Amino acid sequence: MNAFDTNLQAAQSSDDPLQLYGTEVASRLLLGTAQYPSPAVLETAVRASGAGVVTVSLRRETAGGGAGRQFFDMLRNWGVPVLPNTAGCRTAKEAVTTAEMARELFETAWVKLEVIANDDTLQPDVFGLVEAAGELARQGFKVFPYTTEDLGVAERLMAAGCELLMPWGAPIGTGRGLANPEALKTMRNYFPGVPLIVDAGVGAPSHAAHAMELGYDAVLLNTAVAKAIAPVKMAAAFADAIRAGRAGFEAGLMGPRDMASPSTPVAGTPFFDLGQSS
Amino acid sequence: MRSAAATVSAPPSRSIRVNGANQTLACTTLADVVDALGYDAEHVATAVDGAFVPRAKRADTAIADGAEIEIVAPRQGG
Repeated sequence: MNAFDTNLQAAQSSDDPLQLYGTEVASRLLLGTAQYPSPAVLETAVRASGAGVVTVSLRRETAGGGAGRQFFDMLRNWGVPVLPNTAGCRTAKEAVTTAEMARELFETAWVKLEVIANDDTLQPDVFGLVEAAGELARQGFKVFPYTTEDLGVAERLMAAGCELLMPWGAPIGTGRGLANPEALKTMRNYFPGVPLIVDAGVGAPSHAAHAMELGYDAVLLNTAVAKAIAPVKMAAAFADAIRAGRAGFEAGLMGPRDMASPSTPVAGTPFFDLGQSS
Repeated sequence: MRSAAATVSAPPSRSIRVNGANQTLACTTLADVVDALGYDAEHVATAVDGAFVPRAKRADTAIADGAEIEIVAPRQGG
C-alpha cells in the first residue's frame, strides 16, 4: 500500500458513523470498564461518555460467586456493543483460549487481542499477536489487535485477517499521550482505508483530540476516566474532545509554517510606511 | 453395607486444580466439577489443560487426575 496525503484523506472523509467489522457504532470513543470507584459510577460514566463500544474482560470466578452474572446483567442494560479483551495473556495459545471463552460468555465474535511481551511496558508481543490473530480469524473471530506502530507487523496482522488495527499511544496505564505521533501519522497515511484506533496511553482529553486530528478513526481508553477525581465529568470531556478532534480532521488542518505570517491584512495598515518617507 | 449398584455409580475422587487451587473432588466430567463447586453453569466459561471446552461439551469431557481447570466469568476490563 502506498502512503497518501492526510489532507486528501480529510477532504475525502465524511462525518458518516464509524463502522467496525460492518457494525455501525454510535461514537468514536471506546471506553474500558475497569478500575471505577463503584459500579454506579461506571454506569453513569459510560452513559456520560456516549461510548460506542465498551471493553470487558473475563477472570477466574469464585466458587458459588455471582459477580460475573451481575456485571453481565449490567452490560446488557446499557445496550452498548461489548469488546472482550485477552488482557494478561502471554502466549498466542492463552489468548486464543481466552478469546474462545469470551465468545461463549459475551456472545460476540469481537475480541480485543492482547498478547503481552513484558510486565514493565505491557508492550505487545507482536509475534504471538500475529499468530493468535491468524488462528482467531480462521475461527471466525473479528479481531481488534492491540499492536505497535510497526508497519511490517500491521501488514502481517491484515494478512492474518484483521480488518482494523489498534496501535498504542503509549504503554497501557501511563497516560502519557501519543509517544510517537510521527509514526502514528505515517501509519494513518499508509493505511488510508483501514479503521485505526489509538488504544492505550491516553491520559487527557487533549491526547484523544490529538489522535483524532491525525485522522485516527477512534480512541480506546480506560484509566484516564476511571481514575479521574470525577470520572463522569472526565468521560464527558473525552467525548467532547474526540468529537472536536474528528471535526478538526474533517475540516482539514493547516500545515505548520517556519515563519510568522500576519493574520490581519497588511494592506491599509494605518501609519504604514510613514516612518520610511523622507 | 453399600449395594453393588451404589459402588458402581459413585464418581471416583480426582486430585485436580481449579483456578490455580488444589481440589480433591468426586467427579467424572467437567460438568460434575462445575456443579460440585456450586458454579452457575450458564454464566461461566471453562477450559481444561489450556483448551477451551464449550458449555455443551462439559458433560462429555472426562476429567483425569492432575487436570488443570479454568472457570471464568465476565469482569470489568480495559
